Amino acid sequence: MTHKKGYPLWEVFIRSNRGIDHKHAGSLRAADAEMALQNARDLYTRRSEGVSIWVVPSNQIVASDPDDKETLFDPAEDKVYRHPTFYSLPDELEHM
Amino acid sequence: MTVTENSPTLSENEVKFEELLAMGAKIEPRDWMPDDYRKTLIRQIGQHAHSEIIGMQPEGNWITRAPSLKRKAILMSKVQDEAGHGLYLYSAAETLGADRTDMLEKLNNGKMKYSSIFNYPTPCWADMGAIGWLVDGAAICNQVPLCRTSYGPYARAMVRICKEESFHQRQGYEIMLTLSNGSAKQKQMAQDALNRWWWPAIMMFGPRDDQSPNSELSLKWKIKLFSNDELRQKFVDIAVPQANILGLTIPDKDLSWNEKTGHYTYGEPDWEEFFEVIRGNGPCNKERVSNRREAHENGQWVRDAAIAYAKKHAEAALSKAA
Repeated sequence: MTHKKGYPLWEVFIRSNRGIDHKHAGSLRAADAEMALQNARDLYTRRSEGVSIWVVPSNQIVASDPDDKETLFDPAEDKVYRHPTFYSLPDELEHM
Repeated sequence: MTVTENSPTLSENEVKFEELLAMGAKIEPRDWMPDDYRKTLIRQIGQHAHSEIIGMQPEGNWITRAPSLKRKAILMSKVQDEAGHGLYLYSAAETLGADRTDMLEKLNNGKMKYSSIFNYPTPCWADMGAIGWLVDGAAICNQVPLCRTSYGPYARAMVRICKEESFHQRQGYEIMLTLSNGSAKQKQMAQDALNRWWWPAIMMFGPRDDQSPNSELSLKWKIKLFSNDELRQKFVDIAVPQANILGLTIPDKDLSWNEKTGHYTYGEPDWEEFFEVIRGNGPCNKERVSNRREAHENGQWVRDAAIAYAKKHAEAALSKAA
């Protein structure tokens, strides 16, 4: 996991406030998890941008291939009935 | 297959890439991209990162001599931001397959460049004001459009950077304002700093459009959204009224308001000086790079120790689990 000449790469996720999901903020290099957390604090929350930080080794992230976009996502495209606007209901029906 | 219908010379990948650009969509790290797009971005983002890191030196020079505790704390914050900006940008370059250690080696051995502005000296406290106002001001003119550049990770890094740069410019302008409203001697300090930094700031936008060979492709790929001269004009139009508020005089005898164009006309900088600084012969080129190299070499034992510590603890955790 150690980078050939330096520290390994980490991805940083920040929760900006209670009630909000952690969101990808960027990446950084650090020798271990503890240093990654401290560096993330210094790098991504210098102006109180966060109340919680996750760091994940970048090589632990499994990503979909952009070339698989069609096979992965197209099956959802012809299922318009999954959206509420698909259904025609009488105008006098309120609150639905 | 629609490839042949669009153009017989473009591959399917190229067509997809061009379509994304035409739609104004961002290119993301794992998308196919032309080799030259990748190379141009690595060069530009790398130079930008290096500029932030080298840019810590002219101001770091004044941290111990700032005139008050408040100014010292502010200056430290600003220099820390610059380190942060460098790190955001190295991360963005790494998403293109560049290696951070290699990039730093190339900075240390002079194979990669950084902005020529940081090769000028800062002999006076007023230079802190002029740098924030003019150098960061020019950087903002360059960087705000880069928030919409076509490569996603670069654009996102620029959004973060631009949010922080506005503090930098305002603190610099406030230093100039304080000096300009001070004693005659203090006002003269501010004027001298403006005289020192005006032309280097004008040259930050790079060569004139007719002398800028890389620009055309960068514009086509939406890496750059405005030409060097367009951005330079924007900067001059913004900076002149700011100088007037300070009661200082911009050292350009050709500067005048053009009623017809609605822009200021400005004089020609000394391009010979510009190219000399780029060739490595500016007042501080050698000092900046040797400081950088020294800091890197002196930090080697810290990096080695951190890696050894991480390795030891990872092994201990493994044997505990076994």
